Amino acid sequence: MKKILALVFAFVLCVSLVACGTANDPNKKSEGVMTWEEYNAADLEAAVVIEAYVQGNQAWWDDDDDGNGFITLYAQDPTGGYFIYELPCTKADADKMTAGTKIKVSGYKAAWAGEVEIIDATFEILEGTWVASVLDVTDLLGKDELVNHQNKKVAFKGMTVESVAYKNDQQGNDIYVTVSKDGASYNFCVESYLTDANTDVYKAVEALEAGDVIDVEGFLYWYEGVNTHITAVKDAQ
Amino acid sequence: MKRIFSLFLIACLLVPALSGCHGARSLPEFVIPEAFDTSRTYEITFWAKNDTNVVQTGIYEQAMADFMDLYPNIKVTMRLYNDYGKIYNDVITNISTQTTPNVCITYPDHIATYLTGNKTVVPLDALFVDEQYGLGGSELLFDGPTMEEIIPQFLSECIVNGAHYAMPYMRSTEACYVNTDFVEALGYTLPDVLTWDFVWEVSEAAMEKDADGNFKLNGQKTLIPFIYKSTDNMMIQMLRQTGGGYSTADGEVQIFNNTTKELLYRIASHAKTGAFSTFKISSYPANFLNAGQCIFAVDSTAGATWMGCDAPLIDIDEDKLVKFETAVYPIPQFDPQNPTMISQGPSVCVFNKTDPQEVLASWLFAQYLLTNDVQIAYSQTEGYVPVTSKAQGSAEYADYLSRMGEDNELYYDVKIKASRLLLENVGNTFVTPVFDGSVKVRNAAGQMIENAAKAARRKQTVDDAYMENLFSEVTSLYRLDQISQSGGTNEKQDLGSLPSASVWLLTVLAAVWVLIGAYLLTEMRKKRKKFQKSH
Repeated sequence: MKKILALVFAFVLCVSLVACGTANDPNKKSEGVMTWEEYNAADLEAAVVIEAYVQGNQAWWDDDDDGNGFITLYAQDPTGGYFIYELPCTKADADKMTAGTKIKVSGYKAAWAGEVEIIDATFEILEGTWVASVLDVTDLLGKDELVNHQNKKVAFKGMTVESVAYKNDQQGNDIYVTVSKDGASYNFCVESYLTDANTDVYKAVEALEAGDVIDVEGFLYWYEGVNTHITAVKDAQ
Repeated sequence: MKRIFSLFLIACLLVPALSGCHGARSLPEFVIPEAFDTSRTYEITFWAKNDTNVVQTGIYEQAMADFMDLYPNIKVTMRLYNDYGKIYNDVITNISTQTTPNVCITYPDHIATYLTGNKTVVPLDALFVDEQYGLGGSELLFDGPTMEEIIPQFLSECIVNGAHYAMPYMRSTEACYVNTDFVEALGYTLPDVLTWDFVWEVSEAAMEKDADGNFKLNGQKTLIPFIYKSTDNMMIQMLRQTGGGYSTADGEVQIFNNTTKELLYRIASHAKTGAFSTFKISSYPANFLNAGQCIFAVDSTAGATWMGCDAPLIDIDEDKLVKFETAVYPIPQFDPQNPTMISQGPSVCVFNKTDPQEVLASWLFAQYLLTNDVQIAYSQTEGYVPVTSKAQGSAEYADYLSRMGEDNELYYDVKIKASRLLLENVGNTFVTPVFDGSVKVRNAAGQMIENAAKAARRKQTVDDAYMENLFSEVTSLYRLDQISQSGGTNEKQDLGSLPSASVWLLTVLAAVWVLIGAYLLTEMRKKRKKFQKSH
């Protein structure tokens, strides 16, 4: 009897694990949802439906006195990245969309200064969590393939700081960081709506000086070319 | 008996408290002090905005330092913003706590909303003409402009609800920055006055592609022939030029009309082909212009330092820059014989405080911003024009204008052409009516263009049904149906102290409630005693 019971328990456990695995499989898409490849191939202005996992967000801001507002999200699935711009949502929903949260987003594909994004969207929060690991794309700097990783969490290793400047010369604003590698310069940014002046990364970047060699992590944002939104810096390893 | 007497005493004390609450948050009406008290020190805050231009920050700082040299007992500290919307939001937030700044760079549209707070902003009419501390006053320690020396057209833009609640600080308009090489390459000759028909026609002609999918005109995959930065202004000016309704001075919203529909159909048709786009949809017009991806870029004259391949401020990689000739035109017109364009630009207002001496100190600083040194220096940072004839007519400013093109920095030709455009067209400018809610009407006007353009790009049907739905959506989004037609602002009136009948009524009500409370307490105690005895 004990053996039978043990087998039943083991079976139930296996079934549960499989079920859990399905719910948490970040590659799995629901009916009618695009894969990243399908999304990438879609024309600008096309209606798109994606499922992805939030990896970061810019500060929620309220639009009216009724608690309605907007949030801008950096999201990802195992294949590619998404930038969801000014998604209408309440503060309560914004608070739920922490790193790893699975969401379904329906909107329109657009491009602004080279940044491909989803705008005029609606969303659902789904069951499941997944946090992307950081992808080292240092070797892709200056190559056309880099854009394929747009909006992913990426790392650039061994970058030399050329200059650090506050937007409008004002502390608290975005910080513009020019870095170089192999003779080419790139404009990165500490986006204050993503990581404000109280964050470790903001303070760390403020302290950088020309000539410092650093490893950078961030979201691969685009503004007239690569313009990584920095989320972490450290001395080059 | 003692208890009843005490209760009546409490009730009597409540009466003045209740009547005193009425209008307690109101600031006192500002009365100009007989003399500025220089034995005291004052700390005043100045909220300003720069146009992503660090030179402007330096000019503000210099103005503050020079002013504090003249008035060592006034300490000015500045808080700098990136956009007027944030200043507006912060001011609104701070009105309720009476922590507004002392002096603020802002727009009259915004002031109209600030005025919904009680006596929040100081009306300046009495200050203007004060013999000692007014414009050109005898006690000023600097050479400021007289009232007559402020350009009347610009000054009149600062009237809200019948009074001046601000002074103009800088003025600009919009310009159409044109890649003339492209226009000529397409076989067109630029007319003296740009018309909408001309711009649409050239823009559509530029859309031809080669077999590889590149635009024939620039050999690139990207070309947006016509890009408009501020679609709010686009709709406002189109409606003004066509005589379509926008709004009345007393807050009647008129933008949902047949002229608007016709304009939107036309705009949507060119958005559909890709010949037209907006800043919100695509990005900064300057970046496309400078990359050889745009022919007509409409932006503020205050953005001229970004326009053209030799511009002192460039936001794209050098390898993307394309060499071309830039012409600066007024915005396209429907009637070339009667050109019309918007007048815009920041104004400066003074916030009310409980201490009239502090307000006077703020007024002195606000006035200092109109001195020639500040006006000329700031106007040179962009295609702005000074707001006083004193500065415009100065030898220094004339010298600046005459040196157009000497370099690509201070004397950058596109920037000075943009300033001249406004100087030559002051008589052709207009402003929209200002009232509580006028900001919403402005936003709604632009939103209709953005929505129609996006719908067309998304290949949605833009027909009468779409227009009706758009009007309804925009009305709801900006709550335009809630704007009161009150002849201006909804400024809360100071109702003064309560009438005596009301005071006695409140006294009786308070006394009755106190007596009810006392009766209930007494009954409860009696019951408790009975309960204790029975156990």
